[in-house]
Amino acid sequence: MKRKLLATITAAAMALGLMACGEAAAPAPAAPAAEESAEAPAASTGKKWIIATDTSFKPFEYTDDSGNFVGIDVDILAAVAEDQGFDYDLQSLGWDASIAACQAGQADGMIAGASITDERKSSGWIFSDGYYDANQSMAVEASSTIAGFDDLKGQSVAVKTGTMSASYAEELSKEHDFTVTYFEDSPTMYQAVVGGQVAACFDDTPIMAANIKDGNLSMKLVEGSGNEPAAYGFAIFNKDNQKLVDMFNAGLAHLKENGKYDEILAKYLGE
Amino acid sequence: MVRIITSYGGLLLTAMGRTLLLALLGLFFACIVGLFFGMMSVLKNRACNIIAQIFVDMVRGVPMIVLAFFVYFGMPYLFNTIIGGFNVVLTALQAGTICLALNCGAYMSEIIRAGIQSVDVGQMEAARSLGLSYGTSMRKIVLPQAIRTMIPSIINQFIITLKDTSILSVIGFPELVNTAKNVQANTFMSFQTWAIVGVMYLIVITILSRCAKLLERRLNVGRQ
Repeated sequence: MKRKLLATITAAAMALGLMACGEAAAPAPAAPAAEESAEAPAASTGKKWIIATDTSFKPFEYTDDSGNFVGIDVDILAAVAEDQGFDYDLQSLGWDASIAACQAGQADGMIAGASITDERKSSGWIFSDGYYDANQSMAVEASSTIAGFDDLKGQSVAVKTGTMSASYAEELSKEHDFTVTYFEDSPTMYQAVVGGQVAACFDDTPIMAANIKDGNLSMKLVEGSGNEPAAYGFAIFNKDNQKLVDMFNAGLAHLKENGKYDEILAKYLGE
Repeated sequence: MVRIITSYGGLLLTAMGRTLLLALLGLFFACIVGLFFGMMSVLKNRACNIIAQIFVDMVRGVPMIVLAFFVYFGMPYLFNTIIGGFNVVLTALQAGTICLALNCGAYMSEIIRAGIQSVDVGQMEAARSLGLSYGTSMRKIVLPQAIRTMIPSIINQFIITLKDTSILSVIGFPELVNTAKNVQANTFMSFQTWAIVGVMYLIVITILSRCAKLLERRLNVGRQ
């Protein structure tokens, strides 16, 4: 009986402790925000922004042959940070983890070739201006006879989870009666096309073109399969980080003016 | 959260159905594989024992994600390109089933071996000295006793296998985790999505565990 009582008391104490923690934690995020707005005019005052990104989304972010983490996103972020004079720490967390990290406040923003969509905005995300317009198209195995969407009837088509090409394929799948299979990264998806597990895949046109050329993949783009371009943006979840988006937009505008932006694109996409 | 349920609820439920389908198919074949290699490892035949041991070591020594890539991409490549003359094309469901059957089968075979070996040797000796054949003694005397010991481990293995289906999201099979990643990417609502998915798994696995408990109790009649 005594022991039971003791257990109850301990449990109650622990519950109280937890509640206290919860209360203490709640106001915490507000404090740094207040500090920031007070010193808003001075853009860089020591704060190191943590930016999350994907692990491998060529040519936006990937590890090159000499082991350096490079890509359009990486270079644009670096150039913007230099232009605006802020410190940042780019962490290659992966796509799913980047989203989660921003929501949890473990990262301040993410730049991972994320398309600006209304659905994402309605979940409370804030996007910067578009920094790249991507259009998507279809590719098939090099010897395939598929020449258009009508040839896909009853077949399976690969896309990458969460990309604009996925939504594009989903739209087409109803009309043309094919099924969509989701992969986590481009290499696996291309492998499925080359290996014949799927009839075709959808991906961003320049990326696929670059991959087919560089990677010597036995695949070809299908002419006339492209869609209307959509923009990629830098994204934040916590409204207190609005300043980061403002700096990004301002920096991006500068880069576009002074030609640095075109330089970066040319470096990764060629002509 | 509500928005995910209203706009993606149906999709997630279908995906849960696919998870269950994959798990059931995988478990069915895993039982066959497990029984086959489990029996091979208890036979009094050195060659059979070694074959069973190699199978178990190979499958247990490879993470399932590697096995999944190998079965889905490697096997067609092996047969069609390296050996040549075949035209093997696996769907993600077939590859997933093979994967689960191999993986879970290896563990099952160990559970079966351990179960049989836990029955006192005297039981088999007594049965044989009464003139029963090896097969009959195994079926009528040893296995009924062994199965009772095996049941809790087998149920455990079933639940592990059900959860392991999530690994097969990497080969693009649209089971629950694969679908959840899509929902997450579309909505950018990470925690809400995973919370819903977690609860879905929890409900299904809890129901199945309770059913398994009932079955276990029924099979255990007369033991206490």
